[in-house]
Amino acid sequence: MNVSELMGSCPVPLSRYERITLGHGSGGQLMADLIHKLFVPAFGNETLAALEDQATLEFGGNGERLAFTTDSYVVKPLFFPGGDIGSLAVHGTVNDLAVGGAVPLALSAGFILEEGLEVEVLERVVKSMAEACTRAGVRLVTGDTKVVERGKADGVFVNTSGVGRVPAGLRLSISAARPKDRIVLSGTIGDHGVAILSVREGLAFETAIESDSAPLHELTRLMLEACPSIRCMRDLTRGGLSSAVHELALASGVGVRLDERAIPMKPQVRAACEMLGLDSVYVANEGKLMAVVPASDAEALVEAMRRHPLGRDAAVVGEVVEGHPRYVVMLSSVGGERVVTRISGEQLPRIC
Amino acid sequence: MCLGIPGKVVDTFEEHGILMGKVSFDGVVKKICLDHVRDAHAGDYVLVHVGFALSKIDEDEAKETFDLLEKMGGLEEIREPKT
Amino acid sequence: MKYLDEYRDPRAARKLVAEIERIQTRPWTLMEICGGQTHTIVKFGIDRLLPEAIELVHGPGCPVCVTPLEMIDRAHAIAVRPEVTFTSFGDMLRVPGTGSDLLALKAEGCDVRVVYSPLDAVELAARLPDREVVFFAIGFETTSPANAMAVKQAERRGLSNFSVLVSHVLVPPALRAILESPDNRVQGFLGPGHVCTVVGTEEYEPIAERYHVPIEVTGFEPVDMLEGILALVEQLETGRAEVRTPYRRVVRREGNKQALALVREVFEVCDRKWRGVGNIPESGYRLREKYSSFDAEKRFDVAAIEARESPVCISGQILRGVKKPVDCPAFGEACTPQNPLGATMVSAEGACAAYYAYGRHLAGVTG
Repeated sequence: MNVSELMGSCPVPLSRYERITLGHGSGGQLMADLIHKLFVPAFGNETLAALEDQATLEFGGNGERLAFTTDSYVVKPLFFPGGDIGSLAVHGTVNDLAVGGAVPLALSAGFILEEGLEVEVLERVVKSMAEACTRAGVRLVTGDTKVVERGKADGVFVNTSGVGRVPAGLRLSISAARPKDRIVLSGTIGDHGVAILSVREGLAFETAIESDSAPLHELTRLMLEACPSIRCMRDLTRGGLSSAVHELALASGVGVRLDERAIPMKPQVRAACEMLGLDSVYVANEGKLMAVVPASDAEALVEAMRRHPLGRDAAVVGEVVEGHPRYVVMLSSVGGERVVTRISGEQLPRIC
Repeated sequence: MCLGIPGKVVDTFEEHGILMGKVSFDGVVKKICLDHVRDAHAGDYVLVHVGFALSKIDEDEAKETFDLLEKMGGLEEIREPKT
Repeated sequence: MKYLDEYRDPRAARKLVAEIERIQTRPWTLMEICGGQTHTIVKFGIDRLLPEAIELVHGPGCPVCVTPLEMIDRAHAIAVRPEVTFTSFGDMLRVPGTGSDLLALKAEGCDVRVVYSPLDAVELAARLPDREVVFFAIGFETTSPANAMAVKQAERRGLSNFSVLVSHVLVPPALRAILESPDNRVQGFLGPGHVCTVVGTEEYEPIAERYHVPIEVTGFEPVDMLEGILALVEQLETGRAEVRTPYRRVVRREGNKQALALVREVFEVCDRKWRGVGNIPESGYRLREKYSSFDAEKRFDVAAIEARESPVCISGQILRGVKKPVDCPAFGEACTPQNPLGATMVSAEGACAAYYAYGRHLAGVTG
């Protein structure tokens, strides 16, 4: 069995499914297949093909570049512990800009509203967005509204696009990682995913865990000031830590080694994952980022991050290696090793 | 089969004619059926599988594994793990 | 987490491995029965910590993998009905039947929902009196008290819109089938800790005696399993064949009598076909006659649906421990979790899926 055969041109078709399933939106292999085999080839340009969290475009002549990103938010329920679809949307788009080193400037918002939605609910969402914009120092400058029939949307779907300014000379890229670089996380994983699950029908449980959705632009600016040698940053979202490190491994053509014991996690998040049989590396995050940095600068970076409230649990969780390129290996808490494969679709609770 | 994890009984009550309880897994609290472990009370640890407590965890038996390990020799005898 | 973290202590694990190395003088082939135990072995890399002479082969203890193909097809036939709200444990959603899987059916508009507990399905039936709520009651003996309670509660609460599709399987008949097989290589068993929490360990004693195999009933954490492996090696090295229970903090010899009483009230033993293995007599549960009104197979008239297995798949041999996933030419190539050909790849706990998830098809990636 040839490793490169597995990762190269895949002999099996796009997916077994003739229709889109929820798994295609989960940030795992199914979604990656959709992106690599449908979207990227269709639009045929290098900027898209780089698949960074934001696109940076040459603009004007002074060396600064424009960062441009887009995201859609379909979270259910609309309001969850620690946030709502509105604040999630603003934070998420700000973060996609911030991890590219951009200063976020402005957002747009496209609303798709379901017929029958209470206006009061929309008011709450919009108010939350406005507050999030203020906190993030961005303005929401343009928007659009559409309504679809009852049953065609979960109340509200939001798309937010954002633009930001990348200082001259700053070139972060997911393809820039080199062997011996360290992988740093800004804090605990799994909070957002568990917070959502805790209010999901059929699985609900009581917990103090809230979504960690938050704007990371101040933290990223602080990080870049303290450590200009940062290779790249990525915000952790669907597909969890696994998706982020896989994207890194693939784009940079390197291997990644993670240390399970070093990965910060709140005890309640861990307990919820154990209870439902979920692997925390795949659980969704918000308000958290991963940074890749040369080994000699890792400690200083972590120290700098810990001085900011959103980075107080920052830690080195792994390293980039030359061996097993494009694969992620994890050292387990008892000392054995396993390969972290990319999850196919949505992670489901198990009884087995 | 058999994903079962330990949780601490916080509260017990009757619901629809059977014994239920609030069980805490490190602060994550779920409503669990205690009808198969009717002698479990607040403070006890139980093993939970698909929302059902199947057994009370015996603290003394739990300690035995570690007593056994201690008898196997001190930490200085541990060899380096295989890599 | 108390009673969990201690059993993941790396120093304890190293001590146990060192002790296994110290006492082991001959090669031994051991089988862990539960899918959850397979999961632990592969996730924590336990088999890689052990001396090479100790071989772990993986048993049939994954009810999801062994649920017969026709039962999956019957589930699908019920789930597509517009009046049905089909509820299931998450594990079953991606198991392909002859045509599709529940997740794909959900994509097509069927009302398929994941629940954590069978009682959640009962609650749903109470909340949605206009829907036919069906629960896919799979599992080994461990899950039988919960499934039995769901039926009992539906009866108690007068929920005529609730029914269960039963596909329970039992461990001892499967063990006997493995031990009776002429190509059996297994010399000792890590017993199913949570099955025995319910049923106790007594019924394993005649098996140990008849086939002269030691059985150590273990838990699911790395230290539990290493403790069990050490104890098995000790027994094998001294020629013993006893049933012992390292997992005593949870398992009692007599099991949980209360749970068992409920199970016996609601279910009775029947023959059961195991995916990849074939029919094993008296290896399953079905609802007793008095609860037949809750039997989804009867209510939706799907009992006649039959199915055929893929010819490529060798899961029968894998479930019996005769072969390992890496021995199968289709493993990781034609057969992957995205495109499973048979029983042991269909669920995350099947030996093939567990191997794939932890990268065993990537020879040379880890040491």
